[in-house]
Amino acid sequence: MTFSFVAGSLLNGLLVGGVYSLMAIGLTLIFGVMKVVNFAHGSLIMLGMYTSYWAVVLLRFDPYLAILVSLAALFIIGACFQRFLINPILNAPEHNQLLLTLGVSLFMENLAVFLWSPDYRVLKTSYAGVNFYLGDLSISLVRLLAFVSAMILAGILYLVLTRTDLGKAIRAASEEPKGALLMGINIRRLYMITFGIGAACAGVSGAAITPFIPVYPYVGWLFVITAFVVVVLGGMGNVLGAFVGGLIIGVADSVGAMFLPGAMKSIISFTIFIIILLFKPAGLFGRKNG
Amino acid sequence: MAETRGHLKRKLSSSTWIAVACVLAALHALPWLFPSILHIMIMIFLFSLMGQGWNVLGGYAGQFSFGHSVFFGLGAYVSSLLFVRLGLTPWIGLFVSCGAGVLLGLLIGFLSFRYGLKGPFFALIMLAFAEIFHMTATGWSAVGGALGVLIPLKGNAPGLMQFVQKEPFYFMTLWMMVGSLYLVWRLESTRLGLYFLAAREDHDAAEALGVNTFRAQMTAMVISAGMTAVGGTVYAQYLLYIDPDSTFGVVNSVEIMLRPIIGGPGTILGPFLGSVVLTPLSEVTRLAFQSYSGVYLMIYGVILVAVIMFLPDGLIGFARRVVRKFQKGAA
Repeated sequence: MTFSFVAGSLLNGLLVGGVYSLMAIGLTLIFGVMKVVNFAHGSLIMLGMYTSYWAVVLLRFDPYLAILVSLAALFIIGACFQRFLINPILNAPEHNQLLLTLGVSLFMENLAVFLWSPDYRVLKTSYAGVNFYLGDLSISLVRLLAFVSAMILAGILYLVLTRTDLGKAIRAASEEPKGALLMGINIRRLYMITFGIGAACAGVSGAAITPFIPVYPYVGWLFVITAFVVVVLGGMGNVLGAFVGGLIIGVADSVGAMFLPGAMKSIISFTIFIIILLFKPAGLFGRKNG
Repeated sequence: MAETRGHLKRKLSSSTWIAVACVLAALHALPWLFPSILHIMIMIFLFSLMGQGWNVLGGYAGQFSFGHSVFFGLGAYVSSLLFVRLGLTPWIGLFVSCGAGVLLGLLIGFLSFRYGLKGPFFALIMLAFAEIFHMTATGWSAVGGALGVLIPLKGNAPGLMQFVQKEPFYFMTLWMMVGSLYLVWRLESTRLGLYFLAAREDHDAAEALGVNTFRAQMTAMVISAGMTAVGGTVYAQYLLYIDPDSTFGVVNSVEIMLRPIIGGPGTILGPFLGSVVLTPLSEVTRLAFQSYSGVYLMIYGVILVAVIMFLPDGLIGFARRVVRKFQKGAA
């Protein structure tokens, strides 16, 4: 195990971690504002991957232009999901919301099997397989581009949350929903928009990894638990925590891949998950309990 | 008040006893009347046994688990490996499996309940444990790896829990399920059963009144894990083949928990009722749409969403409400 191999796989882990960050930001935003644990997040990632795949294959889009298609499509899907399914049971016990999103994810995944068959589909692009070298380090171009795309969206989202009225309203609703309501914020509309944004994060992160991860209906399971690990690590509802947590888990997974057989590489991040849940349920950077 | 006392004394009216006896008699006659549906019936009984296991923890004690496949898979793997590697009969393996499930349940329960983990957090930690076992079983070749374990068929060997015909499995699973029903029925009337409900309804208030909720939840976990592990052993002996996906997979956790949730969580008959609805559905659609083996899960998804939105207390709760309305109308 040479130094450049270790450094290279850590770097690749960091690049994938950036995508994990974006997935987790979507999940944690939804939790922070609505207190809904969205188990269907993996299915939304899967839909983002298929949207981008079909945009490339059928409409001949560039894979990185297709990210915008996924963003728009998943925003609309997410907003409808919230409006018609989550909203009616917003006051039900929290495990019922978890079960509802589980039901939706079962439906979406198996609908995908029904419509598009369970086959693995690989997006063939001219980018895939391109590596460039930094000294001894080899960096894969598609991973770097995925990282950059995720970072751009995360950056925009950060600006929206901190600099705009919409962001202010979202933060207000997440801290004190009743107070926000009394200040004349349209909570119902805000919840729809927030869920749409969360789903769009899932869609973009899915689209960003489509050039190097095969698409199949159950692909969301690869990420949904990782996204939960990241969210819990960063503190439920903490957007900045999710960002840092994603990078940590990305690196932890790549360390696992160096020592453990392929099927077991995520054990490290799962162990982190259990330890954090047990000893620091508010997350690494959390103040209050989620 | 009188109703509560009747509830606690566990006295059933004689007409109810007659009804129970009739249903049991009918179930015993069934293999001769409809031999073709034996497989579905075995699956109904097996999954309502494991659903009952989930129900003790999720329905009664209020701790929703998203990873009961960990107990199911452990039960299946322990007895199968003991049989294949050491030649130990699954009849003993059944108890070892049950013990292993209980130990694992104690470990997870100790870790989780000591820190007051609940709601989605507990659900996710169970899921994480199930996934860790899933990955270990897939990656570790000593326990069969991704290929799983094939249990050699020894012909008709009752001593090894192997039967050429389905009838023995039918009666075995039937009586295991009846046993689980009886256990939970008795449990409801004990102090412990009431502690479960107290911990579920208001954890802090129960603590303030002197209920040791930690111990109550641990006990619920033990009963739940043991029942589910037993189900796993019987499942492995019935199908004679297990692999990581079909035991520790997320789908199995869903299969187990959906039955009590749809039938009515926290009710004695809920898991059985849910199993009666879901099992034939999955078996029939699996046969009807062979190339799209996931169609039944799509229907599960729709049913789950519909139940959560419109019947949050399951089919039993719905039936109770209808009966109450009817009685009010009559009076």
